[in-house]
Amino acid sequence: MNGPVDPASWHYRQLATRAPTLGVLAQTLNELADAGHPVAAITADLQYSNGLAAFARKHPERFIQFGISEQNMVSAAAGLATTGIMPYVATFASFLALLCCEQIRTDIAYSDLPVRLIGHHTGIAMGFYGTSHHATEDIAIMRSIADLTVVAPADGVQFATALKASVNYRQPIYFRIGRGHDPQVYDDAGEFRFGKAVTHCEGEELTVIACGSTVHPALQAVKALRAEGRSVGFVDMHTIKPLDRDAVVQAMRSKLILTVEEHNIIGGLGGAVAEVMAETGGEARLIRHGIMDEYSLIAPPTHLYAHYRLDAPGIEAVAREALASL
Amino acid sequence: MAQTTSQAETPGDQDRAPSRQELDFLIDRALFVRLETVRLISIAKVGHYSSVFSCAEIFAALYYDVMRLRRGEPEWPDRDRFLMGKGHAAVGLFPILADLDFFPKDMLDSYTRLGSPLGDHPDRRLVKGVDFSSGSIGHALSAGLGMALGARMQNKDFLTYVLLGDGEMQEGQVWAAAMAASHHRTANLVAIVDRNGVQLDGSVPDVIGIEPLDEKWRAFGWEVHEVDGHDMAALVATLRRVKADRSRRQPACIIANTVKGKGVSYMEKEHGWHLGYLGPEDEALAIAELKRGLAR
Repeated sequence: MNGPVDPASWHYRQLATRAPTLGVLAQTLNELADAGHPVAAITADLQYSNGLAAFARKHPERFIQFGISEQNMVSAAAGLATTGIMPYVATFASFLALLCCEQIRTDIAYSDLPVRLIGHHTGIAMGFYGTSHHATEDIAIMRSIADLTVVAPADGVQFATALKASVNYRQPIYFRIGRGHDPQVYDDAGEFRFGKAVTHCEGEELTVIACGSTVHPALQAVKALRAEGRSVGFVDMHTIKPLDRDAVVQAMRSKLILTVEEHNIIGGLGGAVAEVMAETGGEARLIRHGIMDEYSLIAPPTHLYAHYRLDAPGIEAVAREALASL
Repeated sequence: MAQTTSQAETPGDQDRAPSRQELDFLIDRALFVRLETVRLISIAKVGHYSSVFSCAEIFAALYYDVMRLRRGEPEWPDRDRFLMGKGHAAVGLFPILADLDFFPKDMLDSYTRLGSPLGDHPDRRLVKGVDFSSGSIGHALSAGLGMALGARMQNKDFLTYVLLGDGEMQEGQVWAAAMAASHHRTANLVAIVDRNGVQLDGSVPDVIGIEPLDEKWRAFGWEVHEVDGHDMAALVATLRRVKADRSRRQPACIIANTVKGKGVSYMEKEHGWHLGYLGPEDEALAIAELKRGLAR
């Protein structure tokens, strides 16, 4: 766990300029604003972390800085949305989903307002900043809020298409964005459809279902196994709610389903898939891979991903163990 | 006044004292709010009479004089907005919204019944004319700030009014919103604090003191006015003045000094009336007192 660390590969200050996933936020919002959509961007003292500074420069009249007052920001976004503006609210996922859970539920979701919440630096992306900054509960919290759509894009390309699709989406959305510089999965994400998973391949032995920042490493693992002739499928479940039940049922044709997420295994993607499997019946068995109902350690994120076996070699090892259990 | 459509669109925008006739009408509407509150709570058999009675004049002044509204058009985009931090006083707001033809009057009688849109707190999803849902203390000023910012972004000239409880001042989000509103110079945002001095667990100074309230709001960058919240003439004059002042660069806060349970003698003197039920006998007594006009 003590190998070399390149701070530029993960330090949040580097992300605004380096991050292909988060970098598309301001770029896409600029495009939407330029095209006449009534978007506004809002943050709580993190415009350089999430890159919204680039939107603030181009559309200062559509940018609101709230300072360190996340709950105030979220309630204000709800008020803003009642006037016909479509607010995109971005801050660290730990503060957005955990600190503002009630404001999101009561002011945005219950009021059924088209606010787009962007929780970034999810999971263990904040590394040594510690437990307060880790967000391994956000899917579980957001998923239990009625009428709230929960989306975890795999990369910047998919995030951009999802953001563009969001202007025609009526309900509130929680976007779960990881470190911000995830490797690219898609050259062209095509049309983004909320609630419709992307099935990359099917397999009789095992189907891996992943979301967000684990899609790329999980896909690498699946490719390695398929190269050896194993019958392994892969589903990018970018929308966790509403979950694509058909994709889960399809995956249940495999003997085994392995869910992979940078989240507590309770209540997240694995939990959502488990619910469908339990309600549907069938023979497939489920293994949930993620953070095992514990608080993640302090370390550079790159070390954490290895420690929790959420990098490509780790996921591949977990998948091999799963296959060995067949 | 919202008696006719033409008047309802541009009421009280003028910086002048209200006439005797206007005042009599508004005092009558405050009585209407109190009587309807008694009637509706008799359906639920429990409710926040005293929280409504402290702000009945404020409701009446806003909806029948100061706010720019269109009768029968609850979603008119250019209307002034009203939010309630003290959402538990919604039972006093619903009769006004029905009176303005925002929803059918007979809907009032469903108050708190199974599946009714009308509950203890205002619900924008269910009730036409409710500009924002509330219930959780401390969100409304933030939401009102969002509306004020939305107005500015779209070059709209509507005002946003937020009624806050004085106990609500104990919630940190209120001050986060107050700080942000003055920073962003939302002069189109008006907070009204219903300072009735009582909250659920007792008197506000006994629970967690909030004074000096005027100095706090001033320190947060707001223009502050103080008024007797039951003196209709003074209240309307203050609200009209705040509305007419287009030179203001900061949000305005009106601290309305009120009496919890105002209008019913035994409620005014008893702290325990934050939530309760009069029962048929006391209800008749309350109605008689209200009609005699303690509130005048």
